[in-house]
Amino acid sequence: MASETIALDAVAGGRKLIGERLHDWVVTVDHKKLGILYILYALFFLVVGGIEATIIRIQLIVPRNHFVSPQTFNRLFTMHGTTMIFFVAMPLVFGFGTYLIPLMIGTRDMAFPRLNALSFWLTAFGGLLLYFSFIGGNGLYGAGNAPDVGWFAYAPLTERAFSLGHSTDFWSLGLLVSGIGSIGTAVNFITTILCMRCPGMTLGKMPLLAWLNLVVGGMVILAVSPLTAAQVMLSIDRYLGGHFFDAQAGGSAVLWMHFFWIFGHPEVYILVVPAFAFASEIIPVFSRKPIFGYPVMVAATVCIGFISFSVWAHHMFTVGMSSYGNTLFTITTMIIAVPTGIKIFNWIGTMWGGKILLKAPMLFCIGFLFQFLIAGLTGIMLGASPFDWQLGNSYFVVAHFHYVIVGGILFTIFGAFYYWFPKMSGRMYNETLAKWHFWLFLIGFHLTFDFMHIPGLLGMPRRIYTYEPGRGWEIWNLIVTIGVFFQAAGTLVFVGNLLWSMFKGQAAGNDPWDAWTLEWSTPSPPPDYNFATIPTVESRRPLWDIKHPEDPDWKYE
Amino acid sequence: MPEQGPEQVNVENKVPGTARKLAALAVLICGFLLAASLCFGAAENHAPLPNIFRPESTPADSIFHLSILVLIITGLIFLVVFSLLVYSVAKYRRRGADGEGDDGREPPQVYGSNQVELAWTVIPVLIVLVLFLATARVIQSVQDAPKPPGAIEIVAVGHQFWWEYRYPALGVVTANELHVPVSDPIRPSPTFLTLLSADTDHSFWVPNLAGKTDLIPNRTNHMWIDPYKTGLYVGQCAQYCGTQHAKMLLRVYVDSPEQFDQWVQQQKKPVVVDGSADQGRRIFQSTACVNCHAVSGTAAAGQFGPDLTHLMSRDTIAAGAAPNTRENLRAWLQNPDSIKPGSLMPAMQLSDKDLDAVTDYLETLR
Repeated sequence: MASETIALDAVAGGRKLIGERLHDWVVTVDHKKLGILYILYALFFLVVGGIEATIIRIQLIVPRNHFVSPQTFNRLFTMHGTTMIFFVAMPLVFGFGTYLIPLMIGTRDMAFPRLNALSFWLTAFGGLLLYFSFIGGNGLYGAGNAPDVGWFAYAPLTERAFSLGHSTDFWSLGLLVSGIGSIGTAVNFITTILCMRCPGMTLGKMPLLAWLNLVVGGMVILAVSPLTAAQVMLSIDRYLGGHFFDAQAGGSAVLWMHFFWIFGHPEVYILVVPAFAFASEIIPVFSRKPIFGYPVMVAATVCIGFISFSVWAHHMFTVGMSSYGNTLFTITTMIIAVPTGIKIFNWIGTMWGGKILLKAPMLFCIGFLFQFLIAGLTGIMLGASPFDWQLGNSYFVVAHFHYVIVGGILFTIFGAFYYWFPKMSGRMYNETLAKWHFWLFLIGFHLTFDFMHIPGLLGMPRRIYTYEPGRGWEIWNLIVTIGVFFQAAGTLVFVGNLLWSMFKGQAAGNDPWDAWTLEWSTPSPPPDYNFATIPTVESRRPLWDIKHPEDPDWKYE
Repeated sequence: MPEQGPEQVNVENKVPGTARKLAALAVLICGFLLAASLCFGAAENHAPLPNIFRPESTPADSIFHLSILVLIITGLIFLVVFSLLVYSVAKYRRRGADGEGDDGREPPQVYGSNQVELAWTVIPVLIVLVLFLATARVIQSVQDAPKPPGAIEIVAVGHQFWWEYRYPALGVVTANELHVPVSDPIRPSPTFLTLLSADTDHSFWVPNLAGKTDLIPNRTNHMWIDPYKTGLYVGQCAQYCGTQHAKMLLRVYVDSPEQFDQWVQQQKKPVVVDGSADQGRRIFQSTACVNCHAVSGTAAAGQFGPDLTHLMSRDTIAAGAAPNTRENLRAWLQNPDSIKPGSLMPAMQLSDKDLDAVTDYLETLR
C-alpha cells in the first residue's frame, strides 16, 4: 500500500499546479499538514497581534498621547489579548502537538484524522469571525467595530445596554467556534495517545511531550467547556432576553467572572504545559542526558493539571470574596508552585553534568527557564491575596503574565521552531540568524517586561489609554516601548530566517540533533505514512538504544 | 564514562561571557525593583505619588509588611535557583560548534534520584506553608477588622466614568473628590466605605491607603482606610469600565478633624442664590442639564451625573481629568469630548453667550 502511494506521488508530483497544491492543503487530513497549517495560521496572527501591541505601546510612550483615540485603544487591547491567547498561542501548541504526537508515539496519523481537519478549520474560522468584526461589528447601530470589552470581557460591559452593535457578538462567536475546535483537538490528542502507541511503548515509556499533551487534552475538555457555555449564556442574554450576567435585571457580574476564570486559569496551564513539553524534549538532547526524574516530571504535570482547576478565583481577589474564600484560593495558588518548581529543578538536574550545546533551541529553553522562574515568583506574590489587592489589575500583573506567556511559552515555542524546523521542512535554519533572533528578542523582552512591573507598583492600572504626567510613570513607559522595537526586530529576523531556510537551507538529514525520539528515525520531512514499518520500542529513548547497543536505556528503566 | 577534569577548568575560564551577561541582567532587575520600592513617591506630605511601598494607612501598611516578607523569600529562591541555572550552563557548556575540543563521548547518563526529588519537594512545601500562614493572618486582619464607634461611613458609587460619594450620617453628597478625616492612632476615626456600582464594574484603588476593591453592580462591597497623615492621595479606577476608564481618577483629601468638620458644614449649606447669574441659572434649569445633575434646593434633581451643589469647592472637574478653572468649565460645557472623549455628558450645543452665562452660574455654586 505504502509503496504504491509513493510511486503514484512520484509520477504525478514532479510539478503540481499551484491550484492543485492548495487543494491538497485544504482537503488534507494528514496530521503533519494540519500541524503546519495550525502553525502558519498562528504565525500570521502573531504578526497581527504584535502590530496591535506595538500600536498600544506607541500610544503609551508619553503621557497624554494622541496617537490613537480611547475607543481605538480599547479595541486594540481587546483584540491583542484575544488574538494572542486564542489564535496564536493555542494554535501554535496544538499545531506542534498535532504534528509531533503521531510521529513521537510511532503511528501513522491521529486517531480521528477528519475530526483533526474539522478542528483546525473551526479554529481558523473562529479567528476570521473575530476579525470580521472590523467590517461587520457596526451592525445596525453604527456603534463601533471591533470589540472593546477586554479579553476577559467582564459583564455587564458585554450586555446590550453597554455594548451596542455586533462587536461583542463576533468576539463571543469567534471564541465559541474556535472553542469547539479546541475540544475536538483535545479528544483527538487523548484518543491518539491512549490508543495508537507503537508496540512496546507503555505509558511509562512515552516521550514526555506525549504525556504532557495527554494532560493538556484533559484540561482542554474540562476548561474550554465552561467558556463555551458562558458564550452561549452571553448570547442568550444579548438576543433572547436572558439575564445571566445582566446586573441591572438581577443577573450577576460575578457569575461571568467565575465562568471565565474556571476556563481562564487552566488555560494558562493549557498553554504552558506544552511549553514544558518542548523544554522536556529539547533540554535533554542538547545536554546529552536523559530527562532527570521522568516519573516525577509526569507526576508533577498531572498534579498541575488537577490543581490548576482549583485556583481560578485568584483572579478575583478584589471582587469582595469573604476572607475564607481569599484564604482558600491563596493556599491552592501557592501549592501549585510546588509541582512547577519541581519541574524547574528537574530541568536543571537534566543539564547538570551534561554537555550543553548552546544552539538556538537550547538558548531559547535556557531563556525560558530563567524567565519562567521569575514569572513563577511574581506569581507567588500575586497569589498572596493581600499583595494582590495592590498588584492586581495593575501593570505589575500585565508584566507578570507576559513573563509567563512571552518569556515562558513563546520562548520555548521559538525553541521548538528551531528544533523541529529541520524535521518539518527537511532543511536546516541559519544558526547565526537564529542567535541574532535570540539576543534581540531577549534584550527586547527584558526591556519591555522587566520595567513594566514598576509602574504597576506605582499605581498604574492596566487598560488605560493614557495617563497623567507627574506620577513617576513616564520613564518606565518609555523604556517599555523601546523594548518593543527590539522584539519586533527579533521577530522579523525569525520570520526571515524561516523563509530563507525553507528554500535555501542545507539539507537536514533524518536526525540533525543526534536525538532519541521516534520522529528523528523518519526522513525529513516525513512521508505521508510516517513510518514504512511501525517501530517497536523498548525504552523512552528508542534511538539511543539503537545508537548505543552496548548501553541501552531499557536496562535502567 | 571518563572524567573531564582538566578540560573543565578550561571550559570555566572561557565560558563566563554568557553567565556574566545573565548575572548582570539579574542585578539590573533586582536593582530596579529596589529602586522602585525605595526611591519613588519622593514628594512628601501634600500629594504623595501613588506607591504601594509608601503606605499611609493600616490596610496598605499590613500589605506592605507582608509584601516585604514575600519579596525576601521569593528573592532568596530566585538567587538560589538562578545561581544553579547559571552554574550548570557555565560549567557544563560544551565548547565549539559541534564539540571541537570535546572527546565526542556522551556524558554519564543519569536518570534521576529519589532523594534529590524528595528534597526539592519537601523544601518548597515548607516555604509555601510559611508564606500561606503569614498571608492568612493579613487577610484576616484587613478584611475582618471590626468597625470602631468613631468610624465615618461613606457610600461610594461607581459610574461611567466618575465617583459619587454619599455620607449618610452627615447628610452630604458629593462627587469625585473624597474628603475623609485623618485618623489619630489613639482615638482612631477610620473611614468605612460601602462600594456600589450604577453600571459596570469599577475598582477603588488609592495605593498609599489600601489595596483595591471592586465596585460591582448588584453587589455590595466594603473596604476601609485610616490615613495617618493629612494631604491629597491620588489613585484611579482599576477595573476596565468602558471608554474613559483611563480618566476615572480618584482624589482622596485627608483633612485634619477641624478641616473636615468645616468641609462638612460647608457641604451641608443650601445652595447660594447669586442674583448676578440669573441668566445662566434659567438656561441651566430649562435645558437637559437638570435631567442628570442635581443642585440641592432647586428644580435640578438629576441623579445620573455628579451633584453640582458645591461644584466650586472642588479642585477638578470630570473626575480629576482637568483643573476646575473657568476656561475648563466652559470647554467642558461646550464639548466634553475635548477633555474626555467618550464621557457620557453630551455637548449641549449652547451659543457662546449661553455658554458664558451657564459658566457664570456654575461659578456661583460654591
